[in-house]
Amino acid sequence: MFIPSLVNGITMGSIYALMALGLSLVYGILRILDVANAGAYTLGAYVGVTVFRLTGSWWIALVAGAAVAASLGFILQRFFYVPILASGPIIPLIASIGVFTALEEAYRLIFGPYIIEFPARVPLPDIHVAGVPVRGVQLLIILVAVVVLVGTWYVLGHTRMGLAWRATAQDAEVAQAMGIDARRVTGWNFLLGYALAAVAGVLVSINYDAVYPTMGDMPAYKMLAIIVLGGLGNPLGTIAASLLIGLVETFVAAYVGFLLPRDSIAFVALIIILLVRPQGIFTRGAVAK
Amino acid sequence: MTYFLVVGVTVAVFAILALSLNIIAGYAGQPHLGQAAFFGLGAYTAAILSTRYGVSFWLDLPAALIVAGLVGVILGVISLRLARDFLAITTIGINFVMVAIFQYVPFFGGAMGIPAIPSPAIAGHEFGYRDFFVTAVVLVIMVAALSAYLERTWFGAALKAIKDDEQAAAAVGIQVASYKIAAFVLGTALAGLAGGFYAHFMSVVTPNGFGFPVSVSILSMLVFGGLGTIRGALAGAVLLGIMPEVFRFISNYRLLVYGFLLLFMVRFQPQGIVGEDSWLVHQIGRLAGSLRTGGARRDTAGG
Repeated sequence: MFIPSLVNGITMGSIYALMALGLSLVYGILRILDVANAGAYTLGAYVGVTVFRLTGSWWIALVAGAAVAASLGFILQRFFYVPILASGPIIPLIASIGVFTALEEAYRLIFGPYIIEFPARVPLPDIHVAGVPVRGVQLLIILVAVVVLVGTWYVLGHTRMGLAWRATAQDAEVAQAMGIDARRVTGWNFLLGYALAAVAGVLVSINYDAVYPTMGDMPAYKMLAIIVLGGLGNPLGTIAASLLIGLVETFVAAYVGFLLPRDSIAFVALIIILLVRPQGIFTRGAVAK
Repeated sequence: MTYFLVVGVTVAVFAILALSLNIIAGYAGQPHLGQAAFFGLGAYTAAILSTRYGVSFWLDLPAALIVAGLVGVILGVISLRLARDFLAITTIGINFVMVAIFQYVPFFGGAMGIPAIPSPAIAGHEFGYRDFFVTAVVLVIMVAALSAYLERTWFGAALKAIKDDEQAAAAVGIQVASYKIAAFVLGTALAGLAGGFYAHFMSVVTPNGFGFPVSVSILSMLVFGGLGTIRGALAGAVLLGIMPEVFRFISNYRLLVYGFLLLFMVRFQPQGIVGEDSWLVHQIGRLAGSLRTGGARRDTAGG
């Protein structure tokens, strides 16, 4: 039971990491909690399954889903989030809940309330790890997550764009005074964050062979718990917290059994950990405010 | 007539909830996205006391208030330790965990909830829809009056100072911690009161009635009307409360409209429809000024 749980836990953790990373990047720059990011997850899945039916190619579906979702993210930040930043943190959060509600309804009205199948075949073989079968899709999820996360780590740490991101996250005004175009950084941030969520959406829906309007409900709020555990706005901490929650959920469900449903584990962990360490587990130095 | 009374009671309950949240989020400026959890605590307290222990409506209502307020102390203490955004997410977490507890702990009746909650009675006369409506309106008036009173007291002034600048408030000698906790206790206790009343009105409580979307509705009403004002909380509850009824003819697109409405509202009028400094309040002020009538009346369309 140990190895299958480990594989499932890492798969879940990889999906969480893809989704939470975008949210964390957005929080790092704008200090807003963007629930609508989970709308991009579902959008990616729907665009993906539509394109897949037209082309029969999983990777064109993946790219198309990411592209459409990225455009949504760009439009949202330019026309809605950035103009209301001055009204305090609660107002953008409500705007994002409004967007998320409207998006889910739009999916239901356009695609119908039922589950659509996503029968894509990925080019990776099903393998065995220590006698336990690991499906090709799971391998692909882990692979994509590793590539994306290493890529993000590289971009943030070793490129001019990453430097601009870190400077803006630390102090937007000073960064701007130093000649960094905060508008551009924010724009890229949302393009990337929404594309990542869409990639997660496509991969998850191939994994479960299902796309449905409310598939973003659970991730929408669980990701918030994860980015807090990771120390708000800290991308590397977020990745660590994602893997941790993915593994803890799987192992608790497999070994311990838990009174409450699996999806509430992240929140129980959040509440307990915040009481012990109010700045999050993976925060160093100053507390994000 | 029954239909209007049912809608009226529901709107009144949400008006109490919006007013209760206004004490925490409006006056004290603390993000709280889990008010439905306390609404639920009050409802379950009243439901359990009345169905299992035969406690009457008039006694379990205060009990609902007290239980929700006591759990509110915990939230208040947590709020002292956490930075704002951490607190916002923690309150979401509390809401999810609370619903999970209602749903999975057998004591709370599981997914089916607690049925057959008796109607209140006065001297042998059992409550009808009309009595519920009158009681609800009385409760709204009491809570609004309490809020108006708070605004004029030192307590209200202290909360406003904490909202504007916590460190400055502490520097002038305001006991930030005690006032914050008091705001949470009062706000959550009033939500519990609304819950206790609502449990008797609905005669059944189920976990889903107190989920996170309900918290979002309460907060939306408050923000839609105008965060930090009594009239805003009332206008928001009335407008968003009757909106699902008004939009019934396009029922399939209801949530879509609701989502966009919320988005455009906070985008173009983040201070709320009748909040401080809103467009409507300015227009009414100008109109009143040009008419030179002393008592300008506010028209909360359709209310």
